[in-house]
Amino acid sequence: MVKLERRPEASQLMSYASPLIAIALMLIGGLLLFTALGKDPIEGFKVFFINPISDSYGISELFLKATPLMLCAIGLAVGFRANVWNIGAEGQLIVGAVAASAVALYFYETESSQFLVLSLMVITGATGGMLWAAIPAFLKTRFDTNEILVSLMLVYVAQLLVSWLVHGPMMDPDGFNFPQSRLFEDSALLPILFEGTRLNLAFGFAVSALLVGYIFMFRSFAGFQMQVAGYAKDAARYAGFSAKRMIWIGMLSGGAMAGLAGMSEVAGPMGQITDHVSNNYGFAAIIVAFVARLNPVGIFFASLLMALLYLGGEQAQQYLALPSSISNVFQGMLLMFLLGSDVLINYRVRWKEAVA
Amino acid sequence: METSILSSILFATIVAGTPLIIVALGQLIAEKAGVLNLGAEGMMAMGAIAGFAVTLHSGNPWLGVLAGMFAGAAMSFIFAVVVLTLMGNQVASGLALSILGVGLSAFIGKPYESEILPTVGALRIPLLADLPIIGEAFFNQQALVYFSWALFAGMVWFLYRSRPGLVLRAIGESPSSAHSIGYPVIRIRYLATLFGGAMAGIGGAFLSVFYTPLWVEGMVSGRGWIAIALVVFATWRPFRVLVGAYLFGGVMVAQLFVQGSDLDISIPSQLLSALPYLATIIVLVIISRDRNTVRLNAPVSLGQPYRPEG
Repeated sequence: MVKLERRPEASQLMSYASPLIAIALMLIGGLLLFTALGKDPIEGFKVFFINPISDSYGISELFLKATPLMLCAIGLAVGFRANVWNIGAEGQLIVGAVAASAVALYFYETESSQFLVLSLMVITGATGGMLWAAIPAFLKTRFDTNEILVSLMLVYVAQLLVSWLVHGPMMDPDGFNFPQSRLFEDSALLPILFEGTRLNLAFGFAVSALLVGYIFMFRSFAGFQMQVAGYAKDAARYAGFSAKRMIWIGMLSGGAMAGLAGMSEVAGPMGQITDHVSNNYGFAAIIVAFVARLNPVGIFFASLLMALLYLGGEQAQQYLALPSSISNVFQGMLLMFLLGSDVLINYRVRWKEAVA
Repeated sequence: METSILSSILFATIVAGTPLIIVALGQLIAEKAGVLNLGAEGMMAMGAIAGFAVTLHSGNPWLGVLAGMFAGAAMSFIFAVVVLTLMGNQVASGLALSILGVGLSAFIGKPYESEILPTVGALRIPLLADLPIIGEAFFNQQALVYFSWALFAGMVWFLYRSRPGLVLRAIGESPSSAHSIGYPVIRIRYLATLFGGAMAGIGGAFLSVFYTPLWVEGMVSGRGWIAIALVVFATWRPFRVLVGAYLFGGVMVAQLFVQGSDLDISIPSQLLSALPYLATIIVLVIISRDRNTVRLNAPVSLGQPYRPEG
């Protein structure tokens, strides 16, 4: 019989090992899934995990895909550390993209400088996401309304909002009624970092955000307060830390970063706004934040892994004739396995002799 | 003419509210036992695709409902292992279940996207269905509508009139006390979670087999989350779940009637479609405005992991 036995104290080693165990289990699950679907598991593994990053362009695409994930995840992690559950990054990303697109379209054919347009897009994008996140923050602090449900409901509202805009006010007048905006001018597009790739300045934003997040979490008093609140709510209250302030910081940082991610999608690889502006990045970022143990360094690597799952899904669609939603299956499995193997942090497995 | 419109609005409201009732009552049982499963959206999605696929292949919608039920229960079993045996965080695990269920259903459902099921006829209850206005709306309905009422009645009896119901509630209020007088806390929580999953699966199957009846990726479109919000809104009381579900059903069908009417109003259809979500936020605010309402009614151990020591 297997028995779980409580450890005298939480295992530091296991808190780092458990994400690796989860990744290993996900890979095994993937092999079984490919086999169950009648595909050669080795071939499937190769197409899914090796092919996307087999050349330098592939690697640049990996970083491009990881960018919005890093942005969303670092913002969410700030809140998650204090048990502020912002689940609506997806909606905040969309609203940020909408706000930034409004700027881009406003300056269309005005010959404005790229610096001006992009700066304004960054500001409005982040503000748009923040405002969307401010709704659950306000309702939580004022009425104690569950922030999980409110932020999630606002995802659906944001999707409908962008759908209305690209079918109406933001629709390309010369676009044959396709639900999409005009293509942005060059002044509203983020500069490319490496010639011949699509990797753009947003990756720089993401790395900076991770650095700022690191400093906030580990070097600032507010970050410390939020950490304490996450571990022991009562201790934080006893110490006089303001719970409302933490909710605001947690929610707004998530909203701002998601909004910035939305901006970098429309001003980056998309170059316009459509009603498919987000690719589930807001939800995938939740998984990233957990797999990363809410740590900025971890977020960097977990985002790359998650980006690989996205690219692998696209490859699987192309070469294995599998729906690209297989990415979401892998993502969901990863988080489930992680939450399960986290038991090893506080417990150890003992083989118990069967009692005769 | 007027009465027939009224009757059809009533009819559509009841149909739209039915999956919410079934799912929310299932969640209510799990939450009464102290288990918060935010995975309803994912379990419904799996129930919907399983129900659809089995109905399509077998031609029997009831096998479809059964398959949906098993799919939902299977999903909730994964959740139960993670949070009850491995003591994972319930909030995060529920989210993971939602992401997994929505993704897996989209993956499985891809080949079924262009298929359509034959409409299942209503089950007409003689005499009662002849009543004016309400007769057609209440008694010429899908069988699962009657099931939702039976479920409600059974639940009221179970929770408030039966001994196992009392044990279930005791476990939700204080698992350690229940354990100390000898009740198998974890086993009962497993059962409650599985029941919640089974109901979510049936709710999902209702959508794809009876309501639409087709499969589209993302077709659950937040109903699982609305059902979870409904349980809070209902302050964990079955009767209020019933009322709340029809309220939401009414909001959901209102948009269809506005769009289908001759009224000359230019409201973007997206705004009308957003109404159920906005309504959810509004009712959550109303119910949580008085802090005590939720606190006094919520099961005390809701969302807390429990492990009997020794």
